[in-house]
Amino acid sequence: MPVPEITNSFAGSVNRVTLGATKESGGTRTSTVTIGGSTNVVYGGSSSDAGQKPVIAMDVIDTRPETWPDVLAQSYEGVLDSPADWAKKCVEESGADMICLTFDGIHPDTGDKDGGHAVKVTQDVLAAVGVPLVLWGCGNNEKDNKILPMVSQAAKGENCLIGPVEEDNYKSLTAIALADGHHLITKAPLDINIAKQVNILTSDMGFPLEKIVTFQATGALGYGIEYAYSIQERQRMAALGGDKMMAMPAICDAGYESWRVKEAKMDAEQWGPVDDRGPMWEAATAICLLQAGVDIVRMRHPKAVATVKKFINQIWK
Amino acid sequence: MLLIGERINGMFEDVKQAIADKDKTVIQNLAAGQVKAGAAYLDVNVGTAAADQEGTMQWLVEAIQETCQASLCLDSQKFNVIQAGLKVVNPDNGVLLNSSPLNKKNDEEILDKFIEAAQQAGPKVSVITLTMDKNGVPQDTDSRVAIAAEIVGKAMEKGFDTQKLFIDPIILPVNVPNAQVQPQNILAAIEQIRYLCDPAPHITMGLSNLSQGTSERSLINRIYLAMAISRGADSAIVDVLDTELMNAVATAEMLMNKQIYSDSFLKVCF
Repeated sequence: MPVPEITNSFAGSVNRVTLGATKESGGTRTSTVTIGGSTNVVYGGSSSDAGQKPVIAMDVIDTRPETWPDVLAQSYEGVLDSPADWAKKCVEESGADMICLTFDGIHPDTGDKDGGHAVKVTQDVLAAVGVPLVLWGCGNNEKDNKILPMVSQAAKGENCLIGPVEEDNYKSLTAIALADGHHLITKAPLDINIAKQVNILTSDMGFPLEKIVTFQATGALGYGIEYAYSIQERQRMAALGGDKMMAMPAICDAGYESWRVKEAKMDAEQWGPVDDRGPMWEAATAICLLQAGVDIVRMRHPKAVATVKKFINQIWK
Repeated sequence: MLLIGERINGMFEDVKQAIADKDKTVIQNLAAGQVKAGAAYLDVNVGTAAADQEGTMQWLVEAIQETCQASLCLDSQKFNVIQAGLKVVNPDNGVLLNSSPLNKKNDEEILDKFIEAAQQAGPKVSVITLTMDKNGVPQDTDSRVAIAAEIVGKAMEKGFDTQKLFIDPIILPVNVPNAQVQPQNILAAIEQIRYLCDPAPHITMGLSNLSQGTSERSLINRIYLAMAISRGADSAIVDVLDTELMNAVATAEMLMNKQIYSDSFLKVCF
């Protein structure tokens, strides 16, 4: 009997998603990004199975971030009060593939700013850079439901990635994203079952599954990254197994999570110079999650971005 | 779980009548309804509805394909009827040839013919085989597995991808005298057949046969299907319009960790 040829192939694949709209597609972006498309696990199969190269979305906050540690804030000296200049710096100096514009300033506890502010910031950033945008809410459901529809409208036709929506708060933003032609982020609290459920709920509203990117509340290195890794890996395996409700590309947040942890930012000589340690913490978190199978990484420090870009270019040729 | 919709079969009165009247609408509605309910394949069986089995098979296939691009399962014990269907079916949609025993008294080469026909018809054509040989349907587990092993060996010998091989351990009505031991024998056989090669052959079965002539048909069908899924069955010819059965499949698949749980898991299994 001949030895059968063993092929390690999967029935499914991760959805391929294009973000951003150029002039020809009715937007004003000068570039678009396409993510997803993997037909195997990271490092698995041939290079053609790897799908699109993952991308980095650099964080720009709508208002000056008061809690950023010096080691991080000093990289953006002079632009922290101007989201447009900040975004430009990320694109021109660090080669950000996308800008993740986060509306922390609308949160009742951190500024409580209004829709006029959010719309202006959105317009300014759209005018300043040509890369696609991620538009990220502040996490307060009431304010997000009130203001993100205005932000969405201001970016109509630009094919942004907007969100996140959650199991108990998805209806209004899903409807708005659908109307304005954006892609949607569905969020779960490190829970694969809820991730699937949110996707089903948004899809029940008529939102196309092919326009969803999933987000699991990320854990940083040393602070639960193993849970985040397992969840992302399980999601990738479900996508490869043909589960249509889990076949979306994933976004993770290495920046916010890494810079929360004391090991990344505390000036402690015995841990080595903080100028290196912080960016290394962020880069290690990002690279770990990229290996589990995420497609967009939110990041903050230019040095970390440079390290992760180098890694991506080595692995996804 | 790959479910094959059983309703386009000349044994059903409405199909029989539609064949007699040449009424395509009945067939096309059954096709659309079964696809919507989650059928991956549609079984097409002339049954006893017409004398001209070959022509009727072609008429059914063509009627379905006019309005529906589903994969079809050409079902007949007669190879010439399968061949007739193959002439008109679109092989790019995926086709199952249903079914061949290992061999027959009057046709030792029947399985070769099925496999060769599938190979010639294209890369998306698979074969259902029965754990049955010229001596008939075996009554015990070991003989079923032995026949399945010969089938797998034959497929490998002919270079036929075992992922395109479906093995049907032949389920008999549970209320037939002395047949009540068979359902458990078949479960044992399913488990062993899955180990015959890697990747394993698919396991399918004509589920409704189990409850033929019994009361509580739907209940018997769905409980047994869940049991079979737990032992490795990954396909069945079923009434996909039976919602309770479909819910049982979704639940069994979820409990076997084939589908990730979500609160709405019943909605999305198919």
